[in-house]
Parts: sequence; structure tokens; C-alpha cells
Amino acid sequence: MAEEKRTWRLGIDVGGTNTDAVIIDGDLNLVASTKSPTTEDVMGGIKAAMHEVVSQIGLEAAANIGFAMLGTTHCTNAIVERRRLNKVAALRIGAPATTAISCMADWPEELKSAMRVRDFLVHGGHEFDGREINALIEDEIREVARVVREEGFESVAVTSVFSPVSDAHERRAVEVLRAELGEEFPISVSSEIGSLGFLERENASILNAALVDVARTTADSFEEALAAEGIVDVAVYLGQNDGTLMSVDYAKRYPIFTIACGPTNSIRGASFLTQEKDAIVVDIGGTTTDVGVLSHGFPRESMVAVEIGDVRTNFRMPDLVSVGLGGGSIVRRAEDGSVTVGPDSVGFRVTRDALVFGGDVVTATDIVAARGLAPEVGDASLVSSLDADLVERGYAEIVRIIEDAVDAMKTSAGDVKVVLVGGGSILAPEALEGASAVLRPPHFGVANAIGSAIAQVSGQIAKVFSLSETPRAQAIEESKRRACDEAIAAGADPATVEVIEVEDIPMAYLGDALCIRVKAVGDLML
Amino acid sequence: MRRFIGVDEIEDMALGATVLGAGGGGDPYVGKLMAIEAIRKYGDVELITPDEVPDDAVVVVSQMMGAPTIMVEKICSGLEPMATYDEMVKELGVEPYAIYAVEAGGVNSTIPFILGATRRIPVVDCDLMGRAFPELQMTTLGINGVKGQPAVLADEKGNTVTVRAIDDRWLERIARQATSVMGGYTILASYMCTGRQLKDFAIPGTPTLCEKIGRTLREAREMHADPIAAVLEVTRGHRLFKGKVVDVERNTDGMFVRGRAVVAGLDDDKGRELVIEFQNENIIARADGRALCTSPDLIMSLDMESGTPVTTEGLKYGARIVVVGMPCDDQWRTPEGLAVVGPRAFGYDLDYVPVEELAATEGGR
Repeated sequence: MAEEKRTWRLGIDVGGTNTDAVIIDGDLNLVASTKSPTTEDVMGGIKAAMHEVVSQIGLEAAANIGFAMLGTTHCTNAIVERRRLNKVAALRIGAPATTAISCMADWPEELKSAMRVRDFLVHGGHEFDGREINALIEDEIREVARVVREEGFESVAVTSVFSPVSDAHERRAVEVLRAELGEEFPISVSSEIGSLGFLERENASILNAALVDVARTTADSFEEALAAEGIVDVAVYLGQNDGTLMSVDYAKRYPIFTIACGPTNSIRGASFLTQEKDAIVVDIGGTTTDVGVLSHGFPRESMVAVEIGDVRTNFRMPDLVSVGLGGGSIVRRAEDGSVTVGPDSVGFRVTRDALVFGGDVVTATDIVAARGLAPEVGDASLVSSLDADLVERGYAEIVRIIEDAVDAMKTSAGDVKVVLVGGGSILAPEALEGASAVLRPPHFGVANAIGSAIAQVSGQIAKVFSLSETPRAQAIEESKRRACDEAIAAGADPATVEVIEVEDIPMAYLGDALCIRVKAVGDLML
Repeated sequence: MRRFIGVDEIEDMALGATVLGAGGGGDPYVGKLMAIEAIRKYGDVELITPDEVPDDAVVVVSQMMGAPTIMVEKICSGLEPMATYDEMVKELGVEPYAIYAVEAGGVNSTIPFILGATRRIPVVDCDLMGRAFPELQMTTLGINGVKGQPAVLADEKGNTVTVRAIDDRWLERIARQATSVMGGYTILASYMCTGRQLKDFAIPGTPTLCEKIGRTLREAREMHADPIAAVLEVTRGHRLFKGKVVDVERNTDGMFVRGRAVVAGLDDDKGRELVIEFQNENIIARADGRALCTSPDLIMSLDMESGTPVTTEGLKYGARIVVVGMPCDDQWRTPEGLAVVGPRAFGYDLDYVPVEELAATEGGR
């Protein structure tokens, strides 16, 4: 019997090894879950996982599904494989500044040629204190629009000097471009994507502009796959890398924010399953372990430049450390007698290749099985003859890798709670050095898909203010309002939107400048 | 044999200069890319030794001043070095024979190569610090009575300012103010001197040493050798301490970022604690209350695994580092040198003892 309101959620998370799917009912109980190997085309694995969970509950119950969330690697893969990328016009607003380093100067040569980017430079941009370097010359921008139209560019990336301090020139440039190219033309605006650091922000904006079609086709084929399972008229969302969701329309404008949404889904899922708001989350998969930080219920962000496909960028990314440890990590003894674990792995073939499953490769899973720590995994008798010294040293190495990764994510010396999730988390011990408690919640294996399913919608703003022009209190109020507006634009119910984080960072060397970051979050519009 | 600096040499030099930056000197990324772009466009730059500069010839410094963090956002037009050079020629009435770097630091080690490539002027293999220091007058020419001025500042908009001050402290003050108005950083031509003065007072070989350090680090990584041991060999340095950063404090007052980092010992240093005090650059490293190395000797943190230099901005909790101490140039070890850059010049009531002597007593502990 279908409920009146369709409140069930289907959540899918694509990982490097497995694609996980869950269905959660209106009271947020898990009603179905599965793990399915990630396929090369990604969508095949999504369809298989979706089909499996829908089969588990049956078509009748599936009619309760009102929301479908997808956390996927499509955008990352498109960059890494250099496929399906849009033809981008990169508009730099900064002359006479910035000409010493040309656009994409530090990109890998073959990515650069695969990208089909042409760069344009116009006068404008701002100083650190908000003064203009040069006035914006609108005719120069109209000329760019003419070339874009005549030469068939599909997307524009606009980057202006110090736009995190003043986005006036970027906003005006967008107006001029829209007047020439139409309201629907995809334009990526750097101040909405990255922070201070011109080249990194320009790079992120160009990548974003190149991914517009990938986001569109991903969303479209996800909707088709849902329809094929008989799930129609559902609200569709894509996961983004702050652990929240974005509507399909929003995702088409900011596709780059889907990059690295997987680890953040795990972190959010871990929070949901344990009800913890502050902890270190260790997600152990088949090949790698991602360690992130849960801060006020959301993943902590990285403050440094992050490379995407060998390109330096500075858009917001989760603060993560990834180490080569997973259930399939290969265990070896070195000549000096020491034992290494990983970083190479048999990946999803662990259930075929590991000793405990009748294979002939010694994996991390075999080490814990030999210690009797994984009674439900495979056939323990198959590892009973493993050399005891290898087992002890291998286990010590596994624990060391996890403890070092946890420590690397701490910001101070005190002990913290650690939450273990992911299919490989059977590797981790009951206690860890530096951890006040080690929690392994139920359904830990599909925490990422659960995180995808239960995610909220967020809006975020990071802007530099000059305190002599805008008093601090006013700057914070303005930022809060804009963050809430962003959340609503992304699909949040206005009645539930609240500011969850306000951070102000004085900028070294920049006089009275203050960078304010605000994040607002709300529930899905039901 | 004539020697030319191309793209690969710049890559190594920028990395090595960060090691000699002693924690300061800024991120080498933007400076490196600017030099590389000029070299790609105009060709490699000849590097000559101070001995090759005639005694009566004139040379000038090409450098950046102000906030490296602003340069990361507002990148140069690339024409500033030439604008300062042309104004300097007007001011001096002669064409300089060559240009050179003021310091070894992330940004300033590569800036001269923009001008060198564009105008086909050789760069002299020397500098005036042998490391990075925070202020314009902290140079080996300065302690020998050679003035940093006249100095010409240029911004990317085309503005230039020529400063003739009564002394280098005033030059520093005036240039800082002008730099702020001009947009947070400027490119300078400064420290005009003769070939004779360069031979007598400059520190020879610093750019080559930077390149060598960078190359050593790169090759050690490629061959999976110990990168830190390799760096120590090239710099005659000492391994001071191995540990994990457990606390970092920072305060910004005007142009300085002052602070301290606490490092908890690992392996041989387990149970001990090192404190690094910094003012843009690392000034003092102390363990158990005893100084292990002080300015003007160089204190640098290197990533324990990769040997990558960690600047003071990059120090954060959990970083696993080896702290090394490297001897400074002998000119800094004179009373005149220590008056400008010794521990007391940075506000510490401490006598300077060379790092190798401290290391010897430390070893006999």
C-alpha cells in the first residue's frame, strides 16, 4: 500500500570498487541495501545496484520513493579520461595584470589539447582592497561574445582578479555575455567556484565550464534508469562534495562540486548512523582508506590547493587523507623480514583472489581473518596455515597505517572519537591510539549510500570584505543572507534553512580585509 | 664554459630556493611560472659568475617586494621588471652589465630571470643574503655600507616610483608605503653596485646552490634515496630534530607573521620537544631550553618522507618533519652582520653560536 506522500529515498554512491545503493523509508529506516561492482561506464553499475534494491522491496513499495540521490564519479572520470568535455571560452578579466602567466600555463599538455579551450583577456579586475585595477570595457566583452557565437564555443568561464573581494566585474561581464548569448548559455563564474589564488580559481572555473554537458547527461541518464525501474516523477539530486545535495538544475551550473562527493557521503552517513557531530571518519574500502573529519555534522573542508587530473585548483574540497589500505590490499614480506600491506590491491576481486575465499593472494582481509577477527568472512580454515609472524606483523602494519592517517587529520593533540565505515572496516581494531572511542555502526558497509540518501541541501558563501567599508557585523549578516539564498536556490525548503557555520579569517598582509565563510543548510523541499 | 638557465633549471632552482628560504620567501609557484613563461618566449638566460663582471661595470638587483599572497591573486603583467630597469638606466645614466637576485627565497630567486630572458641580460650567480630575510636592508652589501638605493618600484599598471632616501631604513619605509598604494606588491630594481663591490661583498653561487638543492631533492625522490640526507650533504647542514608538529601559534602584526611551532620528537628524539620561533622566517630552534640553531644560520623544516620544504605558512598540526640547520654565509657571522640579523636583532636575548658548534655539543650530550 503506497503512502499518500512519497517520502522514501533511493540513495546511490559510486565508489572506485563498488557502487552501493540503499532505500530508506519516511522514518529514515534502512529498508534495502546492496553493493554492486562499479563498471567502467559507471552507469551500468548504477543501473545494476538500483535494480537490485528495487527488487528487494518490490515494485509496489517502490512507489513510495519520492526522492533519488546520486553521488557519482562521472565528472572526475570525464576529466581523467579527457572525454565529453565542452569547448570552453576562458575569459580572463585582469589586464594589464596577469599577462605574465598565460591561461592554462601549467596544465598537462595532452589535457590542454583535449580541452579545446581558447582564452580571452580583457581589461578590468580589482586590487586586494577593492579598488579597480582598470575599468571594465564592455565592448571588449561583446567582442568575446561574438567570437564565442561564431566559433561555436559551448561554455564560458569568467575569472576576474580579486573577484573573491569584489565580484562586480564578473557580474557585469555575465550580464553583457547573457545579453549577447542568451539567458541559458552556460557561464561559470569564478567567484562562485573558487577562492583566492587566481590561477587555481581560473583552472577550477574552466574545468567547471567543461563539465556542463557531463552533468547534464549524467542527470538525464539517471532519470532514464529510474524510469526503467518504474520510478517516475521523483525529485532527483546529485551529491556534492560538502556532503549535501544539489538539484539537477544547480548541478548543471556547478558540476565541479560533484567531484569527491563519495568520501563526504561516507562522512555524512557515519554521522547519521552514530548521531555523532564531531569525529574522525575512517572509510575503508577495497583498495583505499579515506579519512575525513566530521565537524558540526559536516565534512571539514581543505584549505590548500587540490589537484584534479594534474590541474591545480582551489574550489572547496573535503579535507581528506587517502592511504593505500583496503580489504584487498596485498600483503608481502620484504627481504629484511618486515611486512608491507598495499598500496596495490586486488580490489573488488577480493572475494575471489583472497586466501580466505579460496584464492591465492595474501590480502589484508586474510590477516584479520587469520587473527579470528572476521568470523563471517569466507572460510577461516583456509588461512589457518598462514605464518604467525606474517600475521602479527601484517596486522601491526594495518593498525599503524590507520592510526597514522587518523593522526594526520587531527588539528590538536587530544583524543577524538573515530567512526569506522566501509566494507573494509573489518580491518580496523576495537581500539586505536589517539581515539577516545572507536565506533562501528550497523550498516557500516553502505554508509556512503545512506549518506547520499539522507543528505540535506546547502548554500555556501566565501567572500572577502574590507572592514573599513563594511563593518564586521554587517558583513556577516550579508554573508548569512546570501548563504541562505544559495541553499534555497539549490533546492532547500526555505522554512528549514539555518546557518550552521560562520567563520571569519583575517587575511595576512591584506590590511583590514576579512574573509567570511558562511554555510547554510536546509531539508529537502518535500 | 658558458652556462644557461632554462625551464628545467628554473624548476629545480625554485624548489631549492624554498629550502634556503628558511621558512619564508613565499610560495615559489607563481614566480617560477613567470620565469618559465619568459624563458619559453625569449630563450634561456646566461648565468655568469661574479668574477666575469668587470670591476667598474654596474649591476642591479631585480626583486619583488610586498605580499607574496597578493601576487598569487594579482599576477604580474610581466612588464614590471623592464619598467624598473628602464627607469634605473635613466637614473644611473648607464646600462647595467648584468642583474642579480637579492635573496634565495621562493619568489625572489626566480624574478631576475624574467628580466634576464626578456632583455637578454645575464644574471650573476650570487645574491645578498644566501637565504631569505624579511627586510630590504638585511643584505651583505648593506652591512658593508653599500646603499640599496636608488630604487625603482613598478606595478602592473605602469606606475613607477623612484626612491632616493637618506638611508636604507627610510628606503624600506617609503618603499613599503608606496607598495601598499600600488596594490600590495611591486617589482623593484635596487642595490645598484659595481662589479668590484659584488666580488667583495655578495654571496657567490647562491642561485647555483638553489638549483643543486632542488635537483638533489628531485633525484633523491626519483631514486627512492633519502632526500634529507642528500640536502644536508649539499648544504653542509645538520639534522637537528625529527618529529611531529603538535602546536602552531601565529600572530600577524603589519608585515610580519610571528609565531612558534612546537614539535614532539619521534624515533631518536622521542620524548623531547623542539620549539621553532619564526618571524616570517624561522629565527630560533630550541630543544629542552637549549638553542640548536639561531639566525642568521638557516632553520628549515622538511617533510619527513619527501624532503619537501615546509614554509612557516605550511606548518600545521600533524606535519611530520625533520628540522635541519644550515650554516649561513661567513659575512653574517661578523659583529656587523649579527647586529642586523643575529638573534638580538629579532628581539631574542641570546648570543649567536654557529650551528656546527651547537651541533657538536649537542652530539656530545
